[in-house]
Amino acid sequence: MNTETIAAIATAMTNSGIGIIRISGEDAVSVVDKIYRSKNKIKKLSNCKSHTIHYGFIYDGDELIDEVMVAIMKAPNSFTTEDSVEIDCHGGVLVMNRILETVIKNGARIAEPGEFTKRAFLNGRIDLSKAEAVLDIIHAKNEYALKSSINQLNGTLSNKISSIREKIIFEIAFIESALDDPEHISIDGYSEKLKVTILDCSEKIDKLITSSDNGKILKEGINTVILGKPNAGKSSLLNLLVGEEKAIVTNIAGTTRDILEESIKLHGIGLNIIDTAGIRKTEDVVEKIGVQKAVKYASDADLLIYVVDSSVLLDESDKDIISMLKEKKTIILLNKTDLDSVVTEDSILEELIKGSVNSSGITKIIKTSTKENIGIDIFEDTIKEMFFHGELSFNDEIFITNMRHKEALIDTLNSLKMVLKSIDDDMPEDFYSIDLMSAYASLGYIIGEEVGEDLVNEIFSKFCMGK
Amino acid sequence: MSEIREKVDVCIVGAGHAGCEAALACARMGLETVIFTVSVDSIAFMPCNPNIGGSSKGHLVREIDALGGEMGKNIDKTFIQSKMLNISKGPAVHSLRAQADKMNYSRTMRQVLENTDHLTIKQAEVCELLATTDYSGKKVITGVKLFTGAIYEAKAVVLCTGTYLKARCLCGEAITHTGPNGLQPANYLTDSLKSLGIDIRRFKTGTPARMDKRSIDFSKMEEQFGDKVVVPFSFSTNPEDVQIDQISCWLTYTNEETHEIIRNNLDRSPIYAGVIEGTGPRYCPSIEDKVVKFSDKNRHQVFLEPEGLYTNEMYVGGMSSSLPEDVQLAMYRTVPGLENCKIVRNAYAIEYDCINPNQLYPTLGFKEIEGLYSGGQLNGSSGYEEAAAQGLIAGINAGLFAQSKEQIIIDRSEGYIGVLIDDLVLKENLEPYRMMTSRAEYRLLLRQDNADLRLRKKGFQAGLVSKEQYEYIISKEELIQKEVFRLQNKLIGANKNTQDFLEKCNSASLKTGTNLSELMCRPELNYELLAEIDPERECLPFDVIEQVNINIKYDGYIARQLKQVEQFKKIENKKIPEDIDYKKIGSLRIEARQKLILHKPVSVGHASRISGVTPADISVLLIYLEQNYAKDREK
Repeated sequence: MNTETIAAIATAMTNSGIGIIRISGEDAVSVVDKIYRSKNKIKKLSNCKSHTIHYGFIYDGDELIDEVMVAIMKAPNSFTTEDSVEIDCHGGVLVMNRILETVIKNGARIAEPGEFTKRAFLNGRIDLSKAEAVLDIIHAKNEYALKSSINQLNGTLSNKISSIREKIIFEIAFIESALDDPEHISIDGYSEKLKVTILDCSEKIDKLITSSDNGKILKEGINTVILGKPNAGKSSLLNLLVGEEKAIVTNIAGTTRDILEESIKLHGIGLNIIDTAGIRKTEDVVEKIGVQKAVKYASDADLLIYVVDSSVLLDESDKDIISMLKEKKTIILLNKTDLDSVVTEDSILEELIKGSVNSSGITKIIKTSTKENIGIDIFEDTIKEMFFHGELSFNDEIFITNMRHKEALIDTLNSLKMVLKSIDDDMPEDFYSIDLMSAYASLGYIIGEEVGEDLVNEIFSKFCMGK
Repeated sequence: MSEIREKVDVCIVGAGHAGCEAALACARMGLETVIFTVSVDSIAFMPCNPNIGGSSKGHLVREIDALGGEMGKNIDKTFIQSKMLNISKGPAVHSLRAQADKMNYSRTMRQVLENTDHLTIKQAEVCELLATTDYSGKKVITGVKLFTGAIYEAKAVVLCTGTYLKARCLCGEAITHTGPNGLQPANYLTDSLKSLGIDIRRFKTGTPARMDKRSIDFSKMEEQFGDKVVVPFSFSTNPEDVQIDQISCWLTYTNEETHEIIRNNLDRSPIYAGVIEGTGPRYCPSIEDKVVKFSDKNRHQVFLEPEGLYTNEMYVGGMSSSLPEDVQLAMYRTVPGLENCKIVRNAYAIEYDCINPNQLYPTLGFKEIEGLYSGGQLNGSSGYEEAAAQGLIAGINAGLFAQSKEQIIIDRSEGYIGVLIDDLVLKENLEPYRMMTSRAEYRLLLRQDNADLRLRKKGFQAGLVSKEQYEYIISKEELIQKEVFRLQNKLIGANKNTQDFLEKCNSASLKTGTNLSELMCRPELNYELLAEIDPERECLPFDVIEQVNINIKYDGYIARQLKQVEQFKKIENKKIPEDIDYKKIGSLRIEARQKLILHKPVSVGHASRISGVTPADISVLLIYLEQNYAKDREK
């Protein structure tokens, strides 16, 4: 029933040897044709037979992205029963992302979670026994996508989008109230004023799109949380990894009262590192909140780094931290080896057993000195190994969400351009609100807000109407 | 004591704008119909503003007319001023509004009712709905019982009780238990509805004062004229018949002095003092509301509108109020031109019982009670036009039900009526619902000028539109298509003749040849102007040319909306079987399941518009339907 062409990365989002981008729908072949070039540059995929595979290159405009094999499966003989194309590329995360982005740019849209399977089912391709599984995938993945898109959107971006949305809905409400009540509200000479607002909004969105190319809207990467007692050297570790003095480092326990967050690249692997307040029993209200936050972040993390001050004996606070480790992937650093060590690998393991923590998540215990920069290289290598052995993977939903957000921003910009065109073409004002409304809806998509009764509410709250 | 016991096909409860349309629809479908009203003298009575139409409401009237309803014809016969609103805007928001001679409107409608075959008018208060339970446990309506004890058995009943259920009018501290304009309220029916399990709520609305024309100084006001050339509401009215001498309206403004009086007496307003419990509409605020909520505005518009040709009463538009009589007089007298005004009827607020319309199918039939329909203000709407539109649909479907025929639904892409009903039955409505052009997402397609093209066929299907009218629409469609196609393919060379013509029209010259439709898209050009370089054209009727012009000029926008409609229709046409058991769909979230059980959506499209149902839930639902009902379809 759906003719839109969809695309997604079919393989895991790790740096594996090979990656597959899958495209399905009416325009699948023609979309890929726009970005595919064969060796002799003559071959057209649309002229090729079904179930054939083709060597060539993927280009974004004139820029070469990757050397690929492209498989064509025509309707109805494909998984979804629609025209389908699979691009086998090199498995780097970056490469796969670039190819998917290029496919999207050329007319496909990002698939919803479970959408390929859903189509396969609705088109009668997979049998009923698999249906329940499909339902569960859709259910679970959407829950996650929803959570990630709203939770992980950073506050500043969300505020920026909300403020642009507010401007847009105000303008629509003004137009609409004038249309509904032309004898009370006059709209003469309004289009010039609107143009200024639209240009301003467009500029802001343009900036967001550019910044999304650089840093991505959501932070991609492995969510890493640093835990430890106050003054164990957590902030020093973060500073070492980031390479700048970001956290306040003193030898007074409890100086990081809030949560610090940094995105870094270690050997090409993205890490979102969150430095937490030291975990200890405290009466300080501000510090208490910091500790509570740390507990929450730890439970959502992909990777935990537990920094132990090896110069003092393990105490109650360490027990609290150990209880937070559960089965999470964890690297334990025995820090401050520049001082006399009283905590050893064995004493840690002992504590783990006592706290009945399943140590299957503990990957390595490393001796470090953040002060002298000792052991940090081993630590970095450990992370790299974990990633390439597939023990760590960052969540592809975040990437997908990012991509969707960017799509939505571009949609918004296009809608605003349509408004400007309508103004320049001297169209009547009621035409403006059609595209303004699309822009409003696209922006709402990013921050997880639907249009609903917004317009009607805005009209009534901002404009005095009626008999 | 023996009681009257009659047997009819359909009973209509209430003879306001909804009731009249419902009754006429049923009777015209050939069904024996009785319409009950507490006062035969108040048939099609206009208790508030003296006009019909207005932005988006004018669209409703056009649609009612296209479906074979009466409102458009009646206002064409009884208007005293008419205006096409938003004429400088796009065609989608052009909207007719006419001032009515209220008495004449009511009398003329009554005559139509009185002279319609199969229709009986009965002055009586309906106190009870009679229902039974069928073999499957479903409630089925069997008739109504009157205050006198008389029983009318019927296959279907349409409730159009307006604002009469347990009505209460408030004018400051003076509170009367009456319906609008002091009429008798209906105090019994609410209890009967409740005992049938119908969910009741309470709404409020209000109306301004009426003044003696002789006490108003019009020299201090701006005169508001009607249009020079009047366009009729009805597609069947001959335009020549509506070119009459028109009556003016008058515009004046409130001022700080007015607002001061209101602010000083807010404690005596039943709303602000908390005496009123009902929810009032935001779009139709009382002057108290305007002054409080928009305190930055130092004046508000006031329109003086005649109530008719044979009365001195003037309606004071923009100043509805529930303040006490003495405050009303003081505040009105601060308005320029009203310094010496005499109030004939006080402004008042009215509170009344209505139903939660989520209990209705988009046919306007009750989900839980077979054969029972409702329309108009009882469904939580406001406005004559909204009422008439619902009355018509409820009437048609009650009639079709009585005839055991398939029900009619108008969807959001087919008409404002569809938007109105869809919003009522699916959304949470916390105040009286008014139609607004912004509520129609496909409004470029739902224009007042093409209501006939959109809805005549449905009216024909219901039996309210004649074969002749229906065939006219078919041929009109053909003519439009043919002419659009011709213009798109008629090449125009960049020759001297063309360039001279363009220069004369202040239009840019052509670099290469083009076709006529391209030229028509230029804002400064249109179909009529292009006649000069299009000698081959045939002479077409005005209404065809109008459509050709709009279709070509706004082609890009229209095409986009058509595409959206196509998407919309896909899930709208996916019906949900009535016997679906949402409890069996394991993957559905609990909230979604509860909402779906409550709303009983008729299609996947409906389900998707219920708040609290997410796109993921819809996917789950689609898959479940495919899994369990695909086989049925194959059979």
